[in-house]
Amino acid sequence: MSTLAPQLINLFATLILLLSFSMISQRRIVSLINLFAIQGAALVAASFLLGYVTHQPDLYVSGVLTLVLKVIFIPWMLHRLIRKLNVRWDVETLFNVPTTMLVGIGLVIFSFSLALPISRLSQSIAGGSLGIALACVLLSFMMMITRSKAVPQVIGFLSMENGLIFAATTVTNGMPMIVEFGIALDVLVGVLILGVFMFQIREKFDSLDIHNLETLKDDSA
Amino acid sequence: MSAMGVLSQLLALVTALVLAPLLTGWVNQWRHWLQNKSGPGLLQPYRMLHKLFQKESLVAEHASQLFRMAPYVIFGCMLLAGAIVPTLSTDLPLSPAADAIALVGLFALARVFISLAAMDVGTAFGTLGARREMLVGFLAEPALLMVLFCASMITGSTSLTVIVETLAHRELAIYPSMLLAGVAFTMVSLAENARVPVDNPDTHLELTMIHEALILEYSARHLALLEWAASLKLFAYSCIGLALFFPWGVAEANAPLALLLALPVLVFKLAVGGMALAMIETVSAKMRIFRVTEFLGTAFLLAVIGLLVNVLLGVG
Amino acid sequence: MHSFTHPGDWLHLDWVLVVVCAWLLIGCAGVVALRRFRLVATVLFPAGAFFSILLMAVALSAAFAGPEVAVLPLGLPQLPFHLRLDSLSAFFLLLIGGVSAGVSTFAAGYFRKGEGTPPGLICLEYHAFLASIAMVVLADDAYVFMVVWETMAFSSFFLVMANHRIPEIRRAGYLYMLVAHIGALGILLCFGLLQANTGDYTFANMRAQHLTPFWGSVAFCLAVFGFGAKAGLLPLHVWLPEAHPAAPSPFSALMSGVMLKIALYGILRVGFDLLQTRIWWWGVLLMAVGLATALFGVVFSTVQVDMKRLLAYSSIENVGLICAGMGLSMLFAAYGMQALAALALTAALYHMISHAFFKSLLFCSTGAVLHATGERGLGKLGGLMRYMPWVAWPTLIGVLSCAGLPPFGGFVAEWLLLQSFLFTTGLPSSFLDMLVPVMAAMIALIAALGGYTMVKYFGVIFLGQPRDAKLAQAHDAGMWERLGMLWLVTGCVALGLFPNQMIALMEPVTQLLVRGGLAHTVADSGWLLVPVHIDRASYAPAIFLLGVLASFGLTYVLVRKLYHGRMRRVPPWDCGHPWQTARMQDTAEGFGQPIRQIFEPFFRMVRRLPTAFDAKPSYRVEVEDPLWHWLYVPLVSLVEKVSRLVGLLQQGRIAVYLMYSFVTLIVVLLVVK
Repeated sequence: MSTLAPQLINLFATLILLLSFSMISQRRIVSLINLFAIQGAALVAASFLLGYVTHQPDLYVSGVLTLVLKVIFIPWMLHRLIRKLNVRWDVETLFNVPTTMLVGIGLVIFSFSLALPISRLSQSIAGGSLGIALACVLLSFMMMITRSKAVPQVIGFLSMENGLIFAATTVTNGMPMIVEFGIALDVLVGVLILGVFMFQIREKFDSLDIHNLETLKDDSA
Repeated sequence: MSAMGVLSQLLALVTALVLAPLLTGWVNQWRHWLQNKSGPGLLQPYRMLHKLFQKESLVAEHASQLFRMAPYVIFGCMLLAGAIVPTLSTDLPLSPAADAIALVGLFALARVFISLAAMDVGTAFGTLGARREMLVGFLAEPALLMVLFCASMITGSTSLTVIVETLAHRELAIYPSMLLAGVAFTMVSLAENARVPVDNPDTHLELTMIHEALILEYSARHLALLEWAASLKLFAYSCIGLALFFPWGVAEANAPLALLLALPVLVFKLAVGGMALAMIETVSAKMRIFRVTEFLGTAFLLAVIGLLVNVLLGVG
Repeated sequence: MHSFTHPGDWLHLDWVLVVVCAWLLIGCAGVVALRRFRLVATVLFPAGAFFSILLMAVALSAAFAGPEVAVLPLGLPQLPFHLRLDSLSAFFLLLIGGVSAGVSTFAAGYFRKGEGTPPGLICLEYHAFLASIAMVVLADDAYVFMVVWETMAFSSFFLVMANHRIPEIRRAGYLYMLVAHIGALGILLCFGLLQANTGDYTFANMRAQHLTPFWGSVAFCLAVFGFGAKAGLLPLHVWLPEAHPAAPSPFSALMSGVMLKIALYGILRVGFDLLQTRIWWWGVLLMAVGLATALFGVVFSTVQVDMKRLLAYSSIENVGLICAGMGLSMLFAAYGMQALAALALTAALYHMISHAFFKSLLFCSTGAVLHATGERGLGKLGGLMRYMPWVAWPTLIGVLSCAGLPPFGGFVAEWLLLQSFLFTTGLPSSFLDMLVPVMAAMIALIAALGGYTMVKYFGVIFLGQPRDAKLAQAHDAGMWERLGMLWLVTGCVALGLFPNQMIALMEPVTQLLVRGGLAHTVADSGWLLVPVHIDRASYAPAIFLLGVLASFGLTYVLVRKLYHGRMRRVPPWDCGHPWQTARMQDTAEGFGQPIRQIFEPFFRMVRRLPTAFDAKPSYRVEVEDPLWHWLYVPLVSLVEKVSRLVGLLQQGRIAVYLMYSFVTLIVVLLVVK
């Protein structure tokens, strides 16, 4: 069992990375939300497993929090949102999918090479996954940059937060509880505000394409 | 080069030849059942081969010897592939002759010959098929190579029998890089064997043809050999997948009884794999041709990331 | 010292010099018989081929002998010619001899009357070219190296300009000369650095110098720049797609097959032999440049519509792959991993020799096609397999070898290269550990694209239906041409089927350069190619070929026995379409269109699309090299601007010129004070 746990955690880490990659190449917004929910579930499983192995109840609480928020509540809210806004498809991204994936590979190499010396110093049994977590953060950030509709950008932001929590979990066995709660609250409020924002954009431009926001620029120059 | 080795090599060869059409028939049958139709029966591919061999071959007027020679070359390549992949046993005297890279080269050789043969007759369909086949191939071949490299990096060898032996003997270990490699391998197999997300094996519309367009001009024994070769290719790919990701049950050297056990195990694994394939084909819709490059590009990059994860996590 | 009266006492070096002199004599004989076409074609060129074979034999026996030195009293009084024949030179002499034998035989049958330059002059230029190439690998000091390098450049310039009446060919020749001299400048500066202020330009002296890492790196970068210009590395590759198609086909074959390798010889000589230090980032630089070149070359080759340009870009790709192998070897050597460095270097050398053979074969076949049809563009060819089987079947072997398919030579080279990329987990730096699998992935991608190009090349030219009615008059190759191509085919096949013997030949070279070798693991494996250990990787091309042939034969026989072998010829099925013309097949542009779409950022495309209101709609797309527009055109306009500024100095009035002298005098007086 002792060698199984790190392998399982590595497996979950790889699953999270795989899901980040599939989110980049996915065009349908419904599938995007479902992939995000699965990523949250993998994160929950990793937290529970790590909590079981290291006997730290904090990780259980963090896992439950992630489960409630990231796997159940937020995806439900997003599904409701897109049904109301009636957006199902994304327009073409900033650069095409193959280029996005090539940049993704570059980011993966970058994060792996950064993380290798740090992971050797880590005390946790899952120290090797820091690189993967960092890669997930960077990939989600890139997703935020390259997408042109608002909902995938929100999902990118949330996925980035997933990556951060995973990084914290694996390297330091979780963050202090107060930090966890604070972040969770911030994320919840952020999503609610973004939801309101999206309605406003829709009202003004009749479309959720964020390129329309550029027309708000003052053209007096 | 023991007698046992020669026997297991011959057995592997015969199994490949005999079981390959059965596997194709199984997959087709399941596709029909999943779509609520009654299928043509498991033995339909055999009947079709028998029918085709009896017919007279009609060859286009200005087709060259390359056109007539290609089916035999392709069939030979696929047969050799079936002989190299450790299906029943890892005691294969032919296996030092070709390792994983040579196996990919073998598939590439078959692909180049079929494309050239399709271009030989000079019809629009033939060149269309050749172009698309080379397009699929140019991305699928490196992806397959990278998947095999993932396994090689873990086991420290590119020889397929050594890979299978090493993977089967490790204690139950979960290799995250193999997860990524597995997803990539599934995507590549779907593309290379002309299955539904990439190419519809039942289609007759030029908009959607890849494999069909290549064999359009062939008839009778040539077509029979090409269809058999396609079944052998599916068989070989399934066996590669089983060897890399589910290597248990394969007999080793100096274990004659294990050989008897290996055959039912193989049949069982292939049956499950065939059902999974039929399921994937039924729930997916065929992609537009230029999305195929993105699909395969994703597979390629996933395999590369698998390699990188291997380096990052040490043993994998 | 040795005596000239006993040929048995001669060193291998002497025999090589005999061959060189013989070639020069043949060249001079060509000048004497300037317009005697028959004599040149049927006597002089085959004589050249005979001496090439002699060179091969000498090189084979010299490969295992120790290094031999000689000092020729030619050149300037204080600077005689130093020559040296070591295992690296022997390997390249083998390459030169082997390829030139086939190409000279082909050239004997290639020439037709009345084409531009008189045949005798071509004979002189050709054999001077061969002689200078042989001398380049023998050179042991910078002076003779530069002399023969320039001779090589000049003779090849004249060969490229053989049909100088056509303006494009003149332009191609000029560009070639320009880039060759930019490269020569880099090489000169590099040699200047290597001799480290001692004033002694012999290579033996340069080996003894210990340059600081900074100056060593500068010298290495200059060498890569200078030799890379000749080899066609990015961004100095622009002359290759112009010059190789412009030259007549046998010379394109020689340039692509041999001259590019000599440039790579230069990098090997300077990087591995003269510079004794090994720094890791040199290898990474070479690998990066090599892979970028290879990717660029292969992507461009898939969209070409001229058969010789396609092959030229394919040469760029192969040169890039060879550089990547050399870079990996350098990287391993820098970390002291000799066995792996030897593996990578063997892969690079194998790729060099097999590329030499199959690329010359392909260029020779384009020559035969050009002669038979007068067409160079792929848009007017097709279906030539029926009319020219003696050209088509050898070309098929060449195409399969170029695509890197087993069991031919190209595959063995790629196999070795990929094997060397797999042994990466030993590298100390984690970043490099991760970079190497990514580079292996790129190599696999480039090789697969190479296959695409080769299918396009062979399919559009030889298969399908003729796209032009006059192709029906195409005649097959003559006897000399057939012999030349068969020789090259034998080379490709032998390289594929007997890798162990070739690697045993390369062992002295790798021992010399990286102090490691594969021969001990390879020697006791018999039919198998086992670079490290049999459990690690193995490959047996002969068994492979036997397996495919055996199943071919067995299937053929069995089918006929159990069923029957009846056949009937009918019009093509084509899904029942009633009409079918040759124009309905894929054009070369069409075949390359998917790649053009995927790799769009690589190209600079100028499109003219029809509008809805055109009475005669037409579509035009020009695919150009972006580096030409981003790098060369701005550079050239900068140079022109600067020269215009300098030109302002020329006022044309005597008073101004006198004033220049006056000002200079005053400044000199001030400074001296």
